Amino acid sequence: MDAKRADKLMTGVLYAVAGLIIIILASLLGYILWQGLPHISWHFLTSPAKSFEAGGGIGIQLFNSFYLLLLAMLISVPLSLGAGIYLAEYARNNWLTDVVRTAIEILSSLPSVVVGLFGFLVFVLQFQFGFSILSGALALTMFNLPLLTRNVEDALRSVSFDQREAGLALGLSRWETVTHIVIPSALPGIITGMILGAGRVFGEAAALIYTAGQSAPALNFGDWNPLHVASPLNIFRPAETLAVHIWKINSEGIQPDAAAVSAGASAVLIIAVLAFNLLARWLGNRIYRKVTAA
Amino acid sequence: MDPIREAMLHPSRSARLERRGKLISFLCIALIVLVVVAIFAFVAWHGLATFFENKINLWDFLSKSVWSPAVKDAHGNPEVGALPMIVGSFGVTFLSAIVATPIAVGAAIFMTEISPRWGSKVLQPVIELLVGIPSVVYGFIGLSVVVPVIRHVFGGTGFGILAGTFVLFVMILPTVTSMAVDALKAVPRHYREASLALGGTRWQTIYRVVLRAGMPGILTGVVFGMARAFGEALAVQMVIGNASLLPQNLVSPASTLTSVLTSGIGNTVMGSLENNALWSLALLLLLMSLAFNLVIRWIGKKGEMK
Amino acid sequence: MQNYSLDDIYIRDFDPATEEIAIDTKNIRVFYGDKEAIHDVSLPFERYKITALIGASGSGKSTFLRSLNRMNDNIEGSRVTGQIMYRDIDINAKNVDVYEMRKHIGMVFQRPNPFAKSIYDNITFAPRRFGEHRKAVLDELVETSLKQAALWDQVKDDLHQSGLALSGGQQQRLCIARAIAMKPDVLLMDEPASALDPISTSTVEDTLLALKDQYTIIIVTHNMQQAARISDYTAFFYGGKALEYDETRKIFTRPKIKATDDYVSGHFG
Repeated sequence: MDAKRADKLMTGVLYAVAGLIIIILASLLGYILWQGLPHISWHFLTSPAKSFEAGGGIGIQLFNSFYLLLLAMLISVPLSLGAGIYLAEYARNNWLTDVVRTAIEILSSLPSVVVGLFGFLVFVLQFQFGFSILSGALALTMFNLPLLTRNVEDALRSVSFDQREAGLALGLSRWETVTHIVIPSALPGIITGMILGAGRVFGEAAALIYTAGQSAPALNFGDWNPLHVASPLNIFRPAETLAVHIWKINSEGIQPDAAAVSAGASAVLIIAVLAFNLLARWLGNRIYRKVTAA
Repeated sequence: MDPIREAMLHPSRSARLERRGKLISFLCIALIVLVVVAIFAFVAWHGLATFFENKINLWDFLSKSVWSPAVKDAHGNPEVGALPMIVGSFGVTFLSAIVATPIAVGAAIFMTEISPRWGSKVLQPVIELLVGIPSVVYGFIGLSVVVPVIRHVFGGTGFGILAGTFVLFVMILPTVTSMAVDALKAVPRHYREASLALGGTRWQTIYRVVLRAGMPGILTGVVFGMARAFGEALAVQMVIGNASLLPQNLVSPASTLTSVLTSGIGNTVMGSLENNALWSLALLLLLMSLAFNLVIRWIGKKGEMK
Repeated sequence: MQNYSLDDIYIRDFDPATEEIAIDTKNIRVFYGDKEAIHDVSLPFERYKITALIGASGSGKSTFLRSLNRMNDNIEGSRVTGQIMYRDIDINAKNVDVYEMRKHIGMVFQRPNPFAKSIYDNITFAPRRFGEHRKAVLDELVETSLKQAALWDQVKDDLHQSGLALSGGQQQRLCIARAIAMKPDVLLMDEPASALDPISTSTVEDTLLALKDQYTIIIVTHNMQQAARISDYTAFFYGGKALEYDETRKIFTRPKIKATDDYVSGHFG
């Protein structure tokens, strides 16, 4: 076979490969939405799950997912900002920084089930938080921190050094310059990364099954006192999330409508994650335009 | 008395803010390092107990193929052979990488060399969306589509390494693709121009020049994908069948380190041998993740030297 | 390139009785790692004058300037030895608060670097950080600084537009206004006009001449005409040393050192 024909052939193959990937995504999304959307109703989204009979919803799981996400982000955003600032602004070129970077790299590549098991050991057993929102939020924080930190560092580094010198030359400290000048300029990148991180956290299950637990006790949505057992805001109650719920009913579910419930729940999960993605892009662009507004 | 001179000789508010800010940001980073150290310490502590407290032979653990820690064998030793899970984990990891790599590299070539416009407009978002799909959703689709299809074609239950491979291949495909794209984009333009100027066809240029120059980056992507596949728990656990047996073929129920961990750890008592044995699996998982990290660094170093 | 001796030096003597010194540098050496970039430079700078630092690129003039308000502190591995006397203390000493010091020794950089904030906020940001929150005072500060920087007339109607929306020359004058809003004693300028077109350059030069009766200005420039036009004193840097320091008129008409002569007459290198 001569070179010309090989070239033609391979070009065809590459087009086919590209097409294959698009088909994979389309069929994944198509299948989930096709199977799941018919099952989604107001009732499905708001009513509690049922263990042995059909007709259960995902109301509590959905709430748990968002509440857990909120708590996890509340903890991990400030921590990752601090850590990112340290790496971008203060870390010197020495062995200590190498150790720190290696540690972050290792943490980001740890299997999430290991992070979950560590959370189980430390938060659930050692600190006696039990299977709880708090344990789950802390596990998610560990899972999320390395990527958020790297994102913050990259976003800060993308802001020109000139801006820092401008602040310093006015007699401001590096800290004030970073928090008041560099961070606002880096905000589009930081926010985009945070929202993408939130999407990742929202779909995470392996880190949660042994930290936030696999049960969703009934909640009283009329009671917002965080100290009450049945209060949705109580951080010491077990909280099965949507992603954990999908896993649970598929691996040991005995509901007659397990397939339909998981399809519906998967569709909701996917739509939420897509929404996070779109939101990240939209908000990132918007803030970018606002910051650089002419 | 010169007030400005006096002010310069005393720490200003900015100096205090700076010291405080530096401390706060250092504490944040120290916390992360502490978490990493603690993870290793805790998992190693529990995982090594199997060998030190329960006196299980390390070699037996790695090479024996019967896993039922609650049962004792003819000599009165507990049966903690992790080989089935080790084979299962490596099996799905390598197989999924073998399937994913050519497709990922092909897609990356398409995106960088054949049609960058389509690549960035269509394929890029498609890949980003694939990355975003949660792993339980992959597991659910594996369970409700892949497993029945395998059952139909090959008979049996449909659960097994083949199903696991299918699910993992789709999961790691976007990771490997986007890293391969980065690797190919980093190949300098003039490499291509030189080859084309010498009369090479586009494919010859890609094959002889671009792929070769981008190889370290592509390999890094593949190892990254393998690390992800090796550590993935729930999606695999849903489709692999969870039988701690040495797999006889690709379509019989098997298990991986992660699948045994996820289904087992809640059903054992802390401190018991059954529990310690599971922590040994977790330790193995941790060490493998470290090994993947080392391989990635090694490839990076080799790539730099060239 | 011809090599000139680093021992052939002429530094003008200042008479402290009639010529008030704002900053006096003594035996300044700057190190980057093991490399010495500035070798033992001692220059006094007279108050309310413009002093130009000239020399080829790499001669050390910018490095020297940046050590005067300790901007080199932020560069990893750099070290400055020697004394920088300002208000009778050595501001290069450890016990001096660099933040307080930089309020009085301001700096304008080569590339305009306004904050991604409004014109108004660019100027008031630092004063507000240092505790000035009275609106009338800040408004007044914005107006006077912009007037001194010759930018007021062009932007007075739109103080809330982004500083980044201005042209390059306007941005640089905004940076000057931002620096003088701190009411410093000394203004250090690192090639402030090198990124600008000729018209903006001459506006900035006019601005500097107008600022001279209130500020001591030390300006690095690679543009000899600029040094000749605006400065009172000129120091010629070569190979990390100040080889000649004298009244600008003398430097450009009767230089005492061969290297200076070659440089100002364009026979350099």
